[in-house]
Amino acid sequence: MNILIQMMPPTLMTAAPIIICALGGLFSERSGVVNIALEGIMLVGAFAGATACVLLEPSLGSNAGWVSLIIAAVSGGVFSLLLAVSAINFKADQTIAGVAVNMLATGITLYLCQLIFEQQRTVAFEKGISKIKEIPLLSKIPILGEMFFSNVYPTFFLALLIVFITYFVVYKTSFGLRLRSCGENPQASESMGVNVYKIRYSGVIISGVLGGLAGAILVLTASTQYTSASVHGVGFISLAALIFGKWNPFGVLGAGLFFGFSNSLGVYASMIPIINLLPSEIFSAIPYLLTLLALIMFSGKAVGPKAAGEIYDKGKR
Amino acid sequence: MYNKKEKILVPLIAVVLGVLLGIIILVVSNRDFMVLFSSLLKGLTGITLGKAGINLRYPGELMVTTMPLILGGLSIGFAYRCGMFNIGSEGQVIMGSLAACCFGILVPIPTRFAAVVVLLVGALAGALWAFIPGILKTKFNISEVVSGIMLNYSGMFIASYFYKILPGSTTTRTVDLPVNATLKSDFFYNITNYSRLNWGFLVVIVCVILYWFIIEKTTFGYKLRATGFNKFGAKFAGIKTDRATILSLMISGALAGLAGALLIQGTFGYGRVSLAFDNVGFDGIAVALVGGCNAIGVVLGGFLFGLLKITQPLLQTSGVPREIGDIISAAIVYFVAIQYVILYFIHKKRKTKGESKE
Repeated sequence: MNILIQMMPPTLMTAAPIIICALGGLFSERSGVVNIALEGIMLVGAFAGATACVLLEPSLGSNAGWVSLIIAAVSGGVFSLLLAVSAINFKADQTIAGVAVNMLATGITLYLCQLIFEQQRTVAFEKGISKIKEIPLLSKIPILGEMFFSNVYPTFFLALLIVFITYFVVYKTSFGLRLRSCGENPQASESMGVNVYKIRYSGVIISGVLGGLAGAILVLTASTQYTSASVHGVGFISLAALIFGKWNPFGVLGAGLFFGFSNSLGVYASMIPIINLLPSEIFSAIPYLLTLLALIMFSGKAVGPKAAGEIYDKGKR
Repeated sequence: MYNKKEKILVPLIAVVLGVLLGIIILVVSNRDFMVLFSSLLKGLTGITLGKAGINLRYPGELMVTTMPLILGGLSIGFAYRCGMFNIGSEGQVIMGSLAACCFGILVPIPTRFAAVVVLLVGALAGALWAFIPGILKTKFNISEVVSGIMLNYSGMFIASYFYKILPGSTTTRTVDLPVNATLKSDFFYNITNYSRLNWGFLVVIVCVILYWFIIEKTTFGYKLRATGFNKFGAKFAGIKTDRATILSLMISGALAGLAGALLIQGTFGYGRVSLAFDNVGFDGIAVALVGGCNAIGVVLGGFLFGLLKITQPLLQTSGVPREIGDIISAAIVYFVAIQYVILYFIHKKRKTKGESKE
C-alpha cells in the first residue's frame, strides 16, 4: 500500500502530457485529419518550452515555467500549420505528411539548439514547473490526500481541466457538432453550410496547441533540459491513448492514467515482490500491446471518426 | 493526370526544393552554405577540395549506410505499390536484426554458408512480424498504420530485452557474431581504406532485381497490386484478396528483416541494446517516396538519403549543425507529399506554353 501511495504522484506526472496530447489528437481526428505528427509537435513544444524556460528564468523566476507553457503551446500551434496546409489544402496523404512533419521536428529543434546553445540539447533550466507541496484541505484527506494532493505537479489538474473543457466543446457546442460531422461525413457537412476546411484547420491547430503544451509539460516536469530523447515516443503513446480511450475525452483520461501507471510500475517494479521478476521492458511495452488488444476488441464496432484520414475533395460524392 | 515524365519530375523538383530550403536556412542562420556542397562531394567521392588524393573510405561508408536504406525503401515501396503504408517497417527491421543476431550467436554453423542462413532467418523474422498487421487488417479491419506504430515500439522493447539476456552481453551490446555468420570482407576492408563495406551489396542487388521482377513482370505481383488498387474489383476477378494483403505485407516485412540482418551482419557485427530506433524503416519511407516506389528509383533514393546521412558528421566538424541534413531529408519528403502543388504548377506552365504556341 505504501508503494502504491508513492507511485501515484509520478503516475499523475507522466499521465498529464499523455492526456493533453491525446486530447489534441482527439480534436484533429474528430475533424477528419489523422495526426501521426503528434510526436513531432510534442518535440517542438518541448524544445520551445525548455528554451523559453532557460531564457526567462533569470528575469521571471518561478513564473517562468508557466510562461514557457504558453510559448510552447503557441509554437505547437504554429508548427501544426505545416500538417494542416499539406493535409487540407494540398491534398497530401495525411500519414505521409505526418511522417514528414515528425522528421522535420527532430531536425529543426536540434538545429535551433545548436544555434542558440551551441550543443545538441538545451542548457538545463533551474526549476521548470515545481511541485505543489500540499494542497490546503484536500491533502488532509487520509490516504487519498497523500496519493493525489501532496507533492504533486499542478499539471495533472490542468490536464483534468482540459478533459472537461474538451468534453464540453466537443459534445455541447455547435462547433463540436460541426467538428464531429466533418470527421464523419464532410460532404454532408458542406451541404449543410459547414466550412469543412475551416473546421479541419481549427481541429489541427487545436491539436498543435495542446500537443505543444503537452511537450513542454513533459520536459518541464520530468526532465531538466531538452534533448533528442526528451519525448521518446510519448506522442505515439498519446495516439495509443486516443484509440484506447475510443476517441472520447473521458476514455482518454482513463487510458492516460493507466499508461502513466504502467510507466511508474516499471520504475517501482524492483521494489514490489513478484512483479520484480518481470523484465522492466514489459512495462514500457504495455501501452502499445494493450492498444493492439483494444483495437481487436473494438473491431467491428464503429468507434473512430469515419472519415479520418480521407482527403476532402469538394467534388467527390 | 499522371504520366511517366511527371513521375520522374516530381521527386527531382522535391529534391531541388529541399536542398534550396537547406541553403536558405544556412544563409539565414549565418552559416557558410558552401560547406554543404564540399561535404556532399567528400561523402560521395572521398575527394577533399583543395587537397590531393581520394579517400576511398567515404564512398565505402556511403555504401554501408545506403545498403540497408535501399532495402528499407524496397520494403515500404512494395507495400505501397500494393496499396498499403507499412509504417511498421521499422519494427520489422528491429525483429530482423534481433533474430539474425540471436541465431548467429546461438547456432554456430562452421561454414561460410552460415551468413546466408542468418540472412534468411532475419528475413523470416521480419515477415512474421509483418504477418501481425496483415492478419489484423484482413480479419479485424485494423489499419496497418496504427498496428504498425504499436508493433514498432513493442518490437523495440522486446529486442532490447533479448539482446541483454544473450550469453556474454553487456548492458550496451552483445558479443560479436562468429566471422562465418557475418558479411564482413577483408578485401573490401583493405581497398576502401578500412571502411565497413561488406558483401551485403550482393543481397541488395538480388533484392532490387527480385523486386522489379515480382512487381512488374509476374501475375503474382499483378494480383497483389490489383488488390491494393481496388479490393472489390480484385475479389470480383477471382483474386484471393485477404491472402494477397497478408502476402504483400509479409514480403515487405521480409525486405525490412533483411535490412535488419544487414545491420547486424554487415555494418556492426554485433547487436546493440538500444531504446531508440535505427530509423532504417522510417528513412525507407523517404527513400521509397522519392524513388516513386520503383526499383531503380529506390536505389537512387537510397543513395541520396545515405549521402545526406554520412555527410552529417562532416558538416558538424566544419562548423555547420549536422541537423541540416535531417531538415533537408524531411523537407524532401514533405515536398513529395504535397506533389499536388508541384503538379499544379507543372500543368499551369504547360498550359501557358501551349497557349503561346497557338
